[in-house]
Amino acid sequence: MKAQSLPFIRRAASEIFQSLLVSCWFMFLTFPIMVIKVNPLERTIDWQWMRLVWIGLAVFPLSFVWRWLMKRKEHGGGQDGEDSWQKRLGEKIRADRKIYTALLAILAVFVAAFPFMFSSYQTQIMISALMYVMLGLGLNIVVGLAGLLDLGYVAFYAVGAYSYALLNHHFGLGFWPALPLGAGLAAVCGILLGFPVLRLRGDYLAIVTLGFGEIIRLVLENWNAFSFGPSGIAGISRPWFFGADLSLGQHTVFLYFIVLILVGFTILVVNRLRNSRIGRAWIALREDEVACQAMGIDKTRTKLTAFALGATWAGFVGCVFAAKTTFINPASFTFMESAIILSIVVLGGMGSIIGVIVGAMVLILLPEYLRAFSEYRMLVFGASMVLIMVFRPQGIIVGVRQHYRFGRKESTEEQGERDAASA
Amino acid sequence: MLKVKNLHTYYGGIHALKSVSFDLPEGEIVTLIGANGAGKSTALMSISGIVPPRYGEITFLGRPIHQMSPDRIFALGIVQVPEGRRIFPLLTVTENLDMGAYLRNDRKGIAQDIDYIFSLFPRLAERRHQMGGTLSGGEQQMLAISRGLMSRPKLLLLDEPSLGLAPVLVQLIFATIEKINRENKTTIFLVEQNANMALRIAHRGYVMESGVITLEDTAANLLNSEKVKQAYLGL
Repeated sequence: MKAQSLPFIRRAASEIFQSLLVSCWFMFLTFPIMVIKVNPLERTIDWQWMRLVWIGLAVFPLSFVWRWLMKRKEHGGGQDGEDSWQKRLGEKIRADRKIYTALLAILAVFVAAFPFMFSSYQTQIMISALMYVMLGLGLNIVVGLAGLLDLGYVAFYAVGAYSYALLNHHFGLGFWPALPLGAGLAAVCGILLGFPVLRLRGDYLAIVTLGFGEIIRLVLENWNAFSFGPSGIAGISRPWFFGADLSLGQHTVFLYFIVLILVGFTILVVNRLRNSRIGRAWIALREDEVACQAMGIDKTRTKLTAFALGATWAGFVGCVFAAKTTFINPASFTFMESAIILSIVVLGGMGSIIGVIVGAMVLILLPEYLRAFSEYRMLVFGASMVLIMVFRPQGIIVGVRQHYRFGRKESTEEQGERDAASA
Repeated sequence: MLKVKNLHTYYGGIHALKSVSFDLPEGEIVTLIGANGAGKSTALMSISGIVPPRYGEITFLGRPIHQMSPDRIFALGIVQVPEGRRIFPLLTVTENLDMGAYLRNDRKGIAQDIDYIFSLFPRLAERRHQMGGTLSGGEQQMLAISRGLMSRPKLLLLDEPSLGLAPVLVQLIFATIEKINRENKTTIFLVEQNANMALRIAHRGYVMESGVITLEDTAANLLNSEKVKQAYLGL
């Protein structure tokens, strides 16, 4: 009896000891922000020792849960079960067209009714979330499919926004003609950036694109004669709607539908691209450049296409952004934006369309709805990002490409024919 | 068919090919044998334009190609099957084959060629929807050669197809190379370390040592040459 219980006690003791260590470590880490409270009026420091105790007490049980989750992940048991459960659900939904169309219809109705069900504030948030969906899908072409790490994506977004703002300011050009123009200009910038960086990969490419993003921002900030500098451009017109004089609320609803249609268009195009030959060429190029060259794939053109197409979408969203806020300045196009868009792609799941959508919703909506936590909002946000990456390193939704392909020979060939027809 | 004259190729400051010349007559299998680092693969890379030569001349069917980009050389009908297979691990077998036909648009012809390849390598037909990365080494080599064939090349450049394969598979691969040459009249330039096997199926052979061609003859003569026997056949 004693011999049996001894190892158990020893293990329990070591677990408790580990948790104690973790709580001590956390108490130490959070000491400066939780305990020391400076009172600037009386020039005194309040030592809030009770908080330290609370932290210790809260972390102690949590560390058990954490270790248990990590262990479960390592053994793969929980993960596998979860995956197969998700897969089964996914397959069931996909296999049963009735359920699939029903779900799609419910989603469509909800999305269409959204601006009428919720307040203008909620609609505004949803518009920016949808804008980030587009940005994420655009960057997904460059990063997820072609495997070119682009840290300066925001530059193309800025090009789109400033195209519309400047064309509107100087020539009174409306939203609709400016939309393709802004996208086109962004695409041109994509090609311009693409040329010098074609030989680079990975880290080097990331640094150059990072520099490009900063250059665009600095030019906009300092070239007063061109971009009005840090004071920005105000009074950009809202989208024209058959000459109707819309109120602010109606404008928001209208903009919501514009963005919604653009998102639908983006999903359609990205989906087609991904299953086309050029999409496969991107994936192939990401995997092996030499093999691609040996297959007669023009490396230059394929990479430039990826850059240009990715930039096009940033240009679209830039125009929408300018139309939404009616005021833009360089402060909206900092590296932080690029980082968020990249996080959307990585967190959501590289190469997966649904993943990017979910990623954008999580990353843009979470900070908004976490406002209840006030100053801890960004802390919770950061923690949830860390958690997602620890437990789902492949992203929230893992690339769906694999699921599609079995027994798809026919459609692949059809695809090839269509490509041939278009080429 | 392909003439290489006084070719010099550099990797940065390293002089890898030092005035190399050889001929590939149409319809033949020509092999280039030599030790590690002799410059065999570099010769292939120079022909296919992936590592362009610095000096010298390469003419293919009378046209100079040494200044063309890899995709234009490919379009002329010169296809390289790179060393170490280099198939696309995240694409399926069929998709890998389709990448080989990247410049072709005739759907029927592509389907026909895929059928031909599946008859050549029945193993690939069994695994047509499997990811390239999940194939065994031998299957990957089959796929790499097949992918090269998908563009109906006039000249096929094979870089070490026996690398890391079991003897049985080497036999199979080499038999198939012979068959491809016989059935389609494809000219084949075979770079190999396995000199014995390569010389058995080739018509002509070249021996390369540190960037220089040191011997050239018919394959049969090379097989019997004392020098080759000692240096490369281990007899």
